[in-house]
Parts: sequence; C-alpha cells; structure tokens
Amino acid sequence: MTQTEPAVHDAAEFMDRRTFPARMQSLLHRYPWISPALVLLIAVFTLSFFNQYFATPNNLSLIAQQVAVVGSIAVGQTIIILTAGIDLSCGAIAVFASMVMAKTAFENHVPGWIAFILGLVVGTAAGGFNGYLITKVKLPPFIVTLGTFNIFTALTLLYATGRTVRDTEVDPFLLKLGSIFSIGTFHITVGVLVMLLMYAAVAFVLRYTAWGRHVYATGGDIEAARLAGIQVNRVLMSVYMVAGFIFAITAWVLIGRVNAASPNSGIDLNLDSITAVVIGGTSLFGGRGTVVGSLLGALIVGVFRNGLTLAGLDVYYQTLAVGLLIIFAVSVDQWIRRSKS
Amino acid sequence: MTAETRKPILEAKGLVKTFGRVVGLDVSDLALYPGEVLAVVGDNGAGKSTLIKCLSGAEVADEGEIELDGEIVSFKRPQDSRAVGIETVYQTLAVAPALDIASNLYLGRELRRSGLLGSVFRMLDNKTMKQHAKEQIAALGIGTIQNIGQAVETLSGGQRQAVAVARAAAFGSKVMILDEPTAALGVRESNQVLKLIVKLRERGMPVILISHNMPQVFEVADRIHIQRLGKRAAVVTPLTHTMVEVVGIMTGALKIDESGQTLHSVR
Repeated sequence: MTQTEPAVHDAAEFMDRRTFPARMQSLLHRYPWISPALVLLIAVFTLSFFNQYFATPNNLSLIAQQVAVVGSIAVGQTIIILTAGIDLSCGAIAVFASMVMAKTAFENHVPGWIAFILGLVVGTAAGGFNGYLITKVKLPPFIVTLGTFNIFTALTLLYATGRTVRDTEVDPFLLKLGSIFSIGTFHITVGVLVMLLMYAAVAFVLRYTAWGRHVYATGGDIEAARLAGIQVNRVLMSVYMVAGFIFAITAWVLIGRVNAASPNSGIDLNLDSITAVVIGGTSLFGGRGTVVGSLLGALIVGVFRNGLTLAGLDVYYQTLAVGLLIIFAVSVDQWIRRSKS
Repeated sequence: MTAETRKPILEAKGLVKTFGRVVGLDVSDLALYPGEVLAVVGDNGAGKSTLIKCLSGAEVADEGEIELDGEIVSFKRPQDSRAVGIETVYQTLAVAPALDIASNLYLGRELRRSGLLGSVFRMLDNKTMKQHAKEQIAALGIGTIQNIGQAVETLSGGQRQAVAVARAAAFGSKVMILDEPTAALGVRESNQVLKLIVKLRERGMPVILISHNMPQVFEVADRIHIQRLGKRAAVVTPLTHTMVEVVGIMTGALKIDESGQTLHSVR
C-alpha cells in the first residue's frame, strides 16, 4: 500500500499492482466461503488416503445424515450472527420444540401435523422472546440467550418430566425426516433434504431480497443502517423469529435423526452451531458471511469427526482438531477484516 | 443580505429547543436559498447541531416552524424529512461496510422486480439499481470509483463519503444537509468531498454545510450562517468578511449591527 500510494487515484491501476496475498485477501473478502470450501476439499482428499472406506458412498451418506441436525440449526444461527448477534439458546429451543411436538402428539393425541405446527409456534415464539429482550429491553444478545438457554432447558425438563418419548411412541409424521431414500448408491434421509432446502431458501432471501440486504447492513454498522432509514429493531426482531422458526424445523430433523424426543438430546447443538458458522467464514462481528459457508462448516466438522475416527484417532484428537479449525477460521476472518485499511 | 425577491427554499423561523434546563436553540432562524451553499458555523454549544437536527427530523423543536418551498412541514422522525426531500449526510460515514456501492445507494429503498418475481418472491431488481447507481456516480464526477459492485469498506474515507453524498443526491431531493462531512477525513479526501459540494451546486442543489473548518467554508460557501448562543448571530458572505471576522462573530469578540455590514469591537 505504501509504495502504491499515488495509485489510489486510479482504482484499476491500483488493483493490478497488488501483491498476491493482498489479492487473496480481497478475493476472500468478496467470497468468504472460499476458505471453508478449500478446507473441506483438502480434508476429504487427505482423509480418503488414511482409510479406503472413507470416500465410499455409504460413508459419505452417513456423514450427510450426521450433519443434518447441526447443519439445520446453523442456518438460523448464521442469520443471527450476520446481525452481529449470537444465539446460545438455539439448541435449547430446538429440543424444547421437539418435546412439544412429540409430547402433544403422544399424550394429548393431537394429529402429528398439528403437533408439528405447535412446535413451530413454540420455536418462533421462543426466538421472538429473545428478539424482544434484545430490541426492546436492549440487552446484549450474548446475555439474553445465555439466560434463555437456561430458561428453555428448564422448561423442557419440567414439561418432559425427565421422560423421553420413545421411537414406538412418536407420531409417524414426526419421524418422517428419518426415512431414507436412495440416489444412486447414496442413501440420504429426508432430513438432509429438508436441511438443504432451508439453505437454499435462506441463501435466496439473503441474496435477492431487501430484507437480506437489511440483515447485512444492520450487522455491518447498525447506526449507519438506522440513518439509511432501515428500521433496525424490526429487522433484528424478524431475524430472531425466523431463526426460532428454523430451530423448530430442526426439531423435526432431530426427532427423525434420533428416532425419539429426549429432553437431554442436543445439548451440544448450541455451541456446535456456532462452530459451523464460524468455520464457514461468517464473521462474529456481523455483516459478513454466507449461509452456504455454514453448510461447509458443518460438513467440515462432520468430515473431521468421521474421517479421524476411521483413521483410528482418539475422539479427543477430533475435538482438538475442531478447536484448531475454529482458531484458524477466526484468524482468517481477522486478516480479511484488516484488508480494509 | 440578498434581495427580498428571492424566496428561501428552506426556512426555519423562531426555533426553540430545550433539553431540560439547557437551552439548545433560543428562537433561532435559518434561511436557505435555491442553488446556494449555506455554511453553518458556530462554537461548540452554539446550537448548530441542534438546529440541523431539527431540520433533518432527528429532534423535534419545542416552538417555531419550518417551511420547505413555502409550505409548513413538521418532522417527527428522520424519515419524515427525507420523505419531503431533505437528505442529510452525516460525518460518521454512514454506509453499510460489507455491501457494494449500488446496494448502499438504494439501502432502505430497494427496487423490486416487476411481475411475480418481485411481488411473490420479493426479488430485487439489481440490474436497474446498478445501472442507476452508475449514472449517479458518473454524474457527480466521482471518477475514482471504478467498480459499482465494489464493497464500500474497500473504498477510502473520501470515496465512502462520496457514496453517502451520491445516495443523498440520488433520490430527487430538494435540499441536502451535510453535517461535518470532512470531519473524519484527511486533506486530500476532504478536497474530494468539497469538489462534490461544488458539483452539487452546479446542478442547482441547495446545500447546508455544517463545518468547523474555516478554510473549507470560505472555499465553497456562498453565505455563512453564524450561530451563537442558540441564535443566528449573523449571516455574512466570504466576499464581504474575512475568516478572522467570522471567528470574531462566532466567539462574540465582534458584533454585527442590525443593518448588516458594519462591524465593531465589543469592549
């Protein structure tokens, strides 16, 4: 930058004179999902050498199934983090919604699809509660969701009275997302499909609608967004409610995946979703990132866990690897952010 | 002052604004004529930002009225003043950093596609927005911006402020208020913004420029509104008065009498 100082008059000329790292930086700046995509490719490539079973259709299908729940919940977490927020209660909301779905169907004999809608309402309301505390009571998202994480967990346990709704008791409609269908030699659950649909829908909305732009603008600089005439509180409120809705759909995926509804399931989801989003290149400072990156992030974690198991590594090393990945991803984000000046 | 035959496009009469016991505006007036750059200067606490906030709708005056084009208007929120054509550009480089230039220009008033794609799928008309943004940037002569799809955070401070100005000018606004647009900028970047102000005047856009920087004020302003102790102390022009005199009026060392031009020392 220093020796090219006179070139700022001419942006095109300025661009051509930049060094390779600077060009990489601006490329990653523009397409933040590139680095997780590279990490995923390298991981799949490398791990397939350690175990020949790794790259088989059966195993890759298994990874997809394993990733479905975290991948689904990460969709909601992404839009929240894009607004420079965070949701520590997302897993608690999903488990709460799953209990509502399974229990109303089993004990109150409500038809499965109505139980599902009840769960969606509960999830959206829970997200709305977070949004209300953040926009109206003006509390920081971290504190709000730390509080509601405990509240929703407690409500779930109280409501469930510590009892799991077992596979034979769960309404068949609620188990639908666990059913498997085949594409060629791959065996995919409907839950994976639902997850992919959510990614497609949210990616579309973020990219092609005014609401999506307002989410990015609010996260990038809330004061600037307000001055531009965006009703930032309305945007934030809608983001937390949409995320709550997505967490409730995740509840459906979760029931299908574990074949039951347990108040103790999904405890790791809160932090795992943040891991997926961060590894996927979305900035915790808001305003930058893509929902596709989060899918890649979830896949990276899934691939690491599965591949390292097949390679015969202890589970502790998998956790270690995921930890290193998070640090790496955030370092890359910081480096990209520095490129502005 | 200027001939009475000209009618102000924006006029504030007898504005009063108090904050608890603090008097921000003490029956203050302001008049902006078509096609001019009116600088508003004043010491800290003189009430210039309160005055501007009342005009841009960020504050509501306790008393007094505001006329735009001869019609009384009242603002409760910034959106209200924007709706009648008063655009404000803030010193804080109020742009969305991660979005590109075109998205920033249309932030908060995006265009949707026609037909089902727009009404059902709420899809944005990126093509038209980009096209208009390009024209707008070119019309203001912001030549240093090459790529309309560039993220705003990759631009320099001056270019970012230029985007903010372009946004304000883009939507058929009648009056532009620039609140210390160069405060956050370096010398060269400030010059870019000053050039932009001259360009706006050439296009016939009346501009209110709030600034602390006297050389800049004398470079671009047609008239200088001097705010002191919550009132309009004087309105002078860069041709009839020097910087020293303006600073004198600003600080109360010099006074201007009712008829206008004669200055005499206080004490």
